Amino acid sequence: MTMLDDPRMSTPNVAPKKGFKLSQLIYDTRYRSITIQVIAMILVVLGLYWLVNNTIQNLSALGKDFDFGFLSQPAGYDINQRLVEYTSQSTHGRAAFVGILNTMLVAFLGCVLATFLGVIAGVLRLSKNWIVSRLMAVYVEGFRNVPLLLWIIAIFALMTESMPQPREFKVGGDASMMLADSVAVTNRGVYVPGIVFENGFLASPVMNWVILGVILIVSLFVIRIVRRRADVVQESTGVRPTTWYQQLALLIVPVGVVMFLMGAQLQYPYIKGFNFTDGIHLRNSLIALWLALSLYTGAFIAEIVRAGILAISKGQSEAAFALGLRPNRTMNLVILPQAMRVIIPPLISQYLNLTKNSSLAIAVGYMDVRSTLGGITINQTGRELEGMLLMAAFYLALSLAISGVMNIYNNRTQLQER
Amino acid sequence: MKKSVFLGALTIAGLAAGAAAAGTLDDVKARGTLNCGVTTGLTGFAVPDANGVWGGFDVGVCRAVAAAVLGDPMAVEFVTTTGQTRFTALASGEIDLLARNTTWTFSRDVDLKFEFVGVNYYDGQGFMVPRDLGVSSAKDLDGATVCIQTGTTTELNLADYFRSNNISYEPVPIETNAEAQQQYLAGACDVYTTDASGLAATRATFEAPGDHVLLPEIVSKEPLGPLVRHGDNEWADVARWTLNALITAEELGVTSANIAELSAGTNNPEINRLLGTEGELGAMLGLDADWAMKAIMAGGNYGELFEKNIGENTPIGLARGLNAMWTEGGLIYSPPFR
Repeated sequence: MTMLDDPRMSTPNVAPKKGFKLSQLIYDTRYRSITIQVIAMILVVLGLYWLVNNTIQNLSALGKDFDFGFLSQPAGYDINQRLVEYTSQSTHGRAAFVGILNTMLVAFLGCVLATFLGVIAGVLRLSKNWIVSRLMAVYVEGFRNVPLLLWIIAIFALMTESMPQPREFKVGGDASMMLADSVAVTNRGVYVPGIVFENGFLASPVMNWVILGVILIVSLFVIRIVRRRADVVQESTGVRPTTWYQQLALLIVPVGVVMFLMGAQLQYPYIKGFNFTDGIHLRNSLIALWLALSLYTGAFIAEIVRAGILAISKGQSEAAFALGLRPNRTMNLVILPQAMRVIIPPLISQYLNLTKNSSLAIAVGYMDVRSTLGGITINQTGRELEGMLLMAAFYLALSLAISGVMNIYNNRTQLQER
Repeated sequence: MKKSVFLGALTIAGLAAGAAAAGTLDDVKARGTLNCGVTTGLTGFAVPDANGVWGGFDVGVCRAVAAAVLGDPMAVEFVTTTGQTRFTALASGEIDLLARNTTWTFSRDVDLKFEFVGVNYYDGQGFMVPRDLGVSSAKDLDGATVCIQTGTTTELNLADYFRSNNISYEPVPIETNAEAQQQYLAGACDVYTTDASGLAATRATFEAPGDHVLLPEIVSKEPLGPLVRHGDNEWADVARWTLNALITAEELGVTSANIAELSAGTNNPEINRLLGTEGELGAMLGLDADWAMKAIMAGGNYGELFEKNIGENTPIGLARGLNAMWTEGGLIYSPPFR
């Protein structure tokens, strides 16, 4: 062995050519992170394996299989609030669909009202008027700090216990209808006039409404074009053409004409037998759930809005005042557009919360997807695992859809780097 | 879930880790208490008294089984279940026995994988309305709002009945009997429908029971009975024969009053076999020889349980009717103890 072959004599900046040792997996920083990741991966896979294996074991111990065939079996039960055709002879899948629509209805109504309440309460909480700001503080703290379930039940109980029964609206009864005999507030819900089509284009009333919705969306689109054009004129000449009557006409005339052609008529509710017939029945369960969800989530949104407004530096409003803008124009044109960037991301999570909280519907018997698919169907068919998985998939899809749409909006309101 | 399954899966991953669950009978004995599923409160059938001690007709079955297995009728952990949670509670093993006015149906027995151990009350679905509504028949209920407990057979019967009679109704789904009572009394629904026995029990708790009438129509068969999980035959036998012991005791005239005297031995061999002074029936079930005696002493025989909790001298005031002994024209009948 010569001196040159001795590894100890090699230059220090050349790594020694040693064989790979197992201990390097822990002590060598080059490998350690990989080792940890591999171990974590194995543990996760084992955990998943255990969960799945456990499920299979227990299902077979109970003598059950995994099968979604029950969705095409007749449901056998009735649902009171249905936005699409459904009878007790429809399938469990159809019942689940009715529930999904009911969930989406209350989630949509809730998000709209919660945003409305939240923005107003958030802005007013910053008011210089002591009473107004204190009142809003009471609202926010009151609703934010009491469990949602209690509000749902409280509103439901209030409606059920304190409103008159439908039969008291009969001749000689104590109660009477409001607003020129068009609205009846009963302990079974609120009956309001509905619009029916004498000779609709399509047989199904839902499809006629879809037609109207499409026309409305087209109208709104055209209105935007009109506005854009007004912007262009304003930028080139400095004078904004008056377009409000065009916009108003575009909004009302097409929808109005189509409704006239379809023979739209207001249908007033009237008492017949045990209950009111005709008109639209807003059930207590829907009203309680809608109001409670909106008031509760609105309180959180108010705080988000307040935080968003406070995040805008005072210089912005001072500059606006210096330019002579009045306070409410300052709020609408300067503060809120900038505050939106701060507000929207937490607002998305409030919408998701509201949507998922709507599953508390079970407390007041609102027939959402939790009550139909996740309640009665599971109970009648014994398909707990399948039903729960389907429901989880639905809520996941709905939440992802909401957050996807809101993220598009968020990206558009974000500060554009120039 | 079973810890042994977890360890098994970790050590011999890939191999089926078949840790067979011990029998329910052994579980109950080891635990020292019986987990019994009952309603959230239905007067006469299962309701806690002022001291929080559960009592009632269904509770009596739980106590009899606990007495037979553990020797102590009070060794029962009552788990309240709603119409929707009861089956999951039983299937998951949270409860050992469900005694909750549950109707024995084909799909529950076969598809939901339960084992009904008998019928302790032959019932049928009825309707209750306020007297001043002036309704005398269920066929007059077109357009009425009906309170209905979700996840029950009555919900399905209701849909069938109204559909076959071509009349409409508005269902108000509710979870528990207490909730239904509150909704019904507030007038949020015109009609409350459930098993006729449940209607009678609910009406008995009203301030003015006379203001409410049960309509004459009984629209379904509702054989109510205790049930256990499918596949554990030893445990099902224990529950089945405890119920049969209560029924046989009434048939043979064995009551909680004379049982001590009879257990010294009689010249009726069937009583002797029932009370364990003759034969090995208890050992065959894996229980003590005097298991049936303890079960009967827990709350009396079937007839005593009935009279004490829901019979004609109680506020609920149910007649025996179909639930009389077969010897008296009813349907209550037990296979022989032999």
